[in-house]
Amino acid sequence: MKHNQTIATPEDYIHAGYGVRSWLFTVDHKRIAILYLLSITLFFFVGGFFALLLRLELLTPQGDLVSAETYNKLFTMHGVTMVFFFLIPSIPAVLGNFLVPMMVGAKDLAFPRLNLLSWYLYSVGGLFTLYAMVTGGIDTGWTFYTPYSSSYALTNVVPVVIGLFILGFSSILTALNFIATIHRMRAPGLTWFRLPLFIWAMYATSVITVLGTPVIAITLVLLGFETAMGAGIFDPALGGDPILFQHLFWFYSHPAVYIMILPSMGVISEVVTCFARKKIFGYHFMAFAIMGIAVLSFLVWGHHMFVSGQSIYVGMVFSALSFLVAIPSAIKVFNWTATMYKGSISFHTPILYAFGFIGLFTIGGLTGLFLASLATDVHLTDTYFIVAHFHYIMVGGAIMGYLAGLHFWWPKITGRMYNEAWAKFSALILFVGFNLTFFPQFILGHLGMPRRYYVYPDEFQVLNVMSTAGATILGLGYIIPMVYLIWSLRKPRDVGENPWGATGLEWKTPSPPTTHNFESTPVVDGDPYQYSPEERA
Amino acid sequence: MWSFPLLPDRASTVATQVDMLYFFLVAVSLFFSLVIIVGLVYSAVRYRKDSKASREGAVHEHLGLELAWSIIPLGIAMGIFVWSSVLYLGMHVAPSGAMEIYVVGKQWMWKIQHPQGNREINELHVPVGKPVKLIMTSQDVIHSFYIPAFRIKQDVLPGRYSTQWFQATTPGVYHLFCAEYCGTSHSGMIGKVIVLDQPEYEAWLAGGSSTAMSSSGAELFKQFGCQTCHKSGSSQRGPSLDGLFGKQVALINGEKVVADQEYLRESILNPAAKITQGYLPFMPTYRNQLSHEQINQLVEYVKGLGGQTSASEHP
Amino acid sequence: MSSQLAHHFEDMSQQREASSLGMWAFIVTEVMFFGAVFTAYGICRMMYPNAFGEASNKLSVLLGAVNTGVLICSSLTMALAVRSAQLNKTKSIIGFLIATMILGGAFLGIKVLEYSHKIHEHLIPGLDFVYEGVHAPQAEIFFSFYFVMTGLHALHMIIGIGIMVWLLVLAMRNRLTDQYYAPIEITGLYWHLVDIVWIFLFPLIYLIGRA
Repeated sequence: MKHNQTIATPEDYIHAGYGVRSWLFTVDHKRIAILYLLSITLFFFVGGFFALLLRLELLTPQGDLVSAETYNKLFTMHGVTMVFFFLIPSIPAVLGNFLVPMMVGAKDLAFPRLNLLSWYLYSVGGLFTLYAMVTGGIDTGWTFYTPYSSSYALTNVVPVVIGLFILGFSSILTALNFIATIHRMRAPGLTWFRLPLFIWAMYATSVITVLGTPVIAITLVLLGFETAMGAGIFDPALGGDPILFQHLFWFYSHPAVYIMILPSMGVISEVVTCFARKKIFGYHFMAFAIMGIAVLSFLVWGHHMFVSGQSIYVGMVFSALSFLVAIPSAIKVFNWTATMYKGSISFHTPILYAFGFIGLFTIGGLTGLFLASLATDVHLTDTYFIVAHFHYIMVGGAIMGYLAGLHFWWPKITGRMYNEAWAKFSALILFVGFNLTFFPQFILGHLGMPRRYYVYPDEFQVLNVMSTAGATILGLGYIIPMVYLIWSLRKPRDVGENPWGATGLEWKTPSPPTTHNFESTPVVDGDPYQYSPEERA
Repeated sequence: MWSFPLLPDRASTVATQVDMLYFFLVAVSLFFSLVIIVGLVYSAVRYRKDSKASREGAVHEHLGLELAWSIIPLGIAMGIFVWSSVLYLGMHVAPSGAMEIYVVGKQWMWKIQHPQGNREINELHVPVGKPVKLIMTSQDVIHSFYIPAFRIKQDVLPGRYSTQWFQATTPGVYHLFCAEYCGTSHSGMIGKVIVLDQPEYEAWLAGGSSTAMSSSGAELFKQFGCQTCHKSGSSQRGPSLDGLFGKQVALINGEKVVADQEYLRESILNPAAKITQGYLPFMPTYRNQLSHEQINQLVEYVKGLGGQTSASEHP
Repeated sequence: MSSQLAHHFEDMSQQREASSLGMWAFIVTEVMFFGAVFTAYGICRMMYPNAFGEASNKLSVLLGAVNTGVLICSSLTMALAVRSAQLNKTKSIIGFLIATMILGGAFLGIKVLEYSHKIHEHLIPGLDFVYEGVHAPQAEIFFSFYFVMTGLHALHMIIGIGIMVWLLVLAMRNRLTDQYYAPIEITGLYWHLVDIVWIFLFPLIYLIGRA
């Protein structure tokens, strides 16, 4: 008899079938989540490597490490890799795929084979783009502004555009799967307002994906057509309009940033409630805030174009709406803070990341006000202030949320617990490294240092050196979890169903779960987050 | 090496106003950040597991609080919006009579020409205390003309003019940056804005060799045969240009447009786009025959015909 | 029947509702996809009305109108194919499916004819574009949109016909019945979408702005 298997217990999903083929042809959402975990981690370190090189170049005001052409490729490829191959898929493809069926009490997502196809499309798109980056690279910035990208750049624009087009289908299929699953496969008794907020976040993210991704798809088609054929839709020399490209691009790319942050917000709600042993404060407001963010996200894209030459009255409309979209995010921050009040807080790694998220997202979000405000945006746009702003949200926010979730659900996914001391240590390293990297960039931007600069005036050097120093610490903070998380796999699978004592249907299964999650469909008869007050006394 | 600035120079009328708004935003951000951080730290300490603090009366929702922390931030946000928009409108509408300087951006340099004819590359000399309006276009890709000390920036586009204005308040030398990624030497497309007292500015102007832009424009007008069609007489086929600048023009499709600099430029490069009522699309394009600088000189020339020297502002 | 219930669904009605919702959500993505390019086209048309009007005169309204009729008929035969499945009439399913495929093929054939005209007249943007008159640059933009929009539409039709081949195989194996017809129902939804896209495309490109 095997070491940890009793007679009647079915095998967990990791051991139900051996061999590469059983993984590459799986339709089990949990295995697909693991496949995604491996691929996006690979791309994360690829994108991180590009960032490290460019920060090393920026140690000195002169260009001395790489050539200008190479530098321009580095920041472009860092952006493309991180945005499209890491941030957008990360939580939905890894945690969403693993948890959505379990949290709603289902045996799998609505379309398991489409789910596998999603991963293949991601991998093909990723490898194609990586190939294009390695053989020649791309230097247009991740924003591909025309006419530089369509008529002047000598790099692999068309192959990258094709790779991203393929990748877009991966996002869309995952989103379709989540929407159908959440609508149609909830367990009996699981009404919409009894859903965990993580599910609301996945749902809103999927709606944004379904509405927005097709627009970037057609934008890429038109860009590819123009670059390859010289047709002239976006190039004034050929009779076209470059601002049209910007509108089309940002119509997707602004909602895209909410695709990147909403899932993290969902994770934080799960983590805060568990480790404060308390129901979320303002559940309904939290759910409506998530949907409000999703709706408003489509109405603000022009705030990326305040100095582009668009009408100043149009700019004012976008400015007003951009202030509006800040409000639901603010509501969420207040509600998380209120949830802690009179809770009973234990400081495990997930909640350390959650604290980091709330603080850093607040700072990043507040700096958004500087950018929604027209008069200050004129000075700050296209400078390092913008770079700092979005890294506070994407790294201080989204990635910390991802790590919070990874640590929270690691015992469920693997059946093992990681080393808590190392985990806390690396959370601290990450926090320090992150702030040292990006806070000086707010100052640099305010001083006027433009972004995407290979060389810079001498007076900006000290702040750049601080930023690079921070980046090396940050990099260390990402490598350490890789080590202890993989190390934890050597232990026996003995954490039990619910090591954190958390609520939620996913914690009512073995760790790791069986292939079918539940032997019989659970029935839900109450609100989420029913942490008992006695625990807090 | 270890001393470095923390705040940018402030050298324009607008810079002072933008800084006021900026520091207000810093204060608002500090306030709300502190509220949240203090709130989190307070709960983390007082309500840590096994602490003796009472958890009696914990609530999980409170409509009043939710409304308060929705409506108050919304009010603050709308206040900032109004303040900022009013400031922004002022930043965009140049005072009438502003001195107009032409900028042509190309990979990877700025070419500047003053109406008196003085040319500069990557440098912009301006007098202190006078409003200056930049009329800018690009020869190739999108660039952006950014003067941090003045707190102004505007993308410079191929195929059309874009404008921005400023009034410098302090003599000195300030950074000029390209702020829209434009290829290999984007970070090399930088220069200096040199603000001079009026007498020194005049001296600088006089020191450069120059034919006034409108004179160069007059030459081109003759050289390219424009007067054949545009001067009254038996061969006139196009509208008269005297006093045209700044006037409303009726087009053959019924639309009315103002004959501003953009209109003049477009008429030279793409004449079929806007045909004046009562005329036929005879005019050929001069797209491949004139450089951007020459077009600017022609525009300056036509501007001066019939006595008009500035169009009404159209944002 | 129960062998067609996938392992993760509770019952057939949940399976059917999920697949229907999935297809509707996919149709939303298609609306956004074509909607975005239609919007971009519309903006360019507003910017260059004369050029676009002149350029659209080069298209054959007759061929476009015939294609519109052909596609509408194919939507009818597709709907009848779905109906046949609901009535458990396998022979009719096969007949109507084949009719739809023939009509779809006819549409594509006429498209090939139109494209060959464009090659003949040297109206291929970027590769071989010869155009007299002041509006040449904008006419090239018009034809860029023409080829991108009709090309993407044709690609969707080819994919649809491919799916119908698979449906034919299912029908011939008696797998489509009044108890299980979700595959043909959602394919019908997809085909109607492709039809509706054309209903917008035809007036936008062929009809408006004709001098």
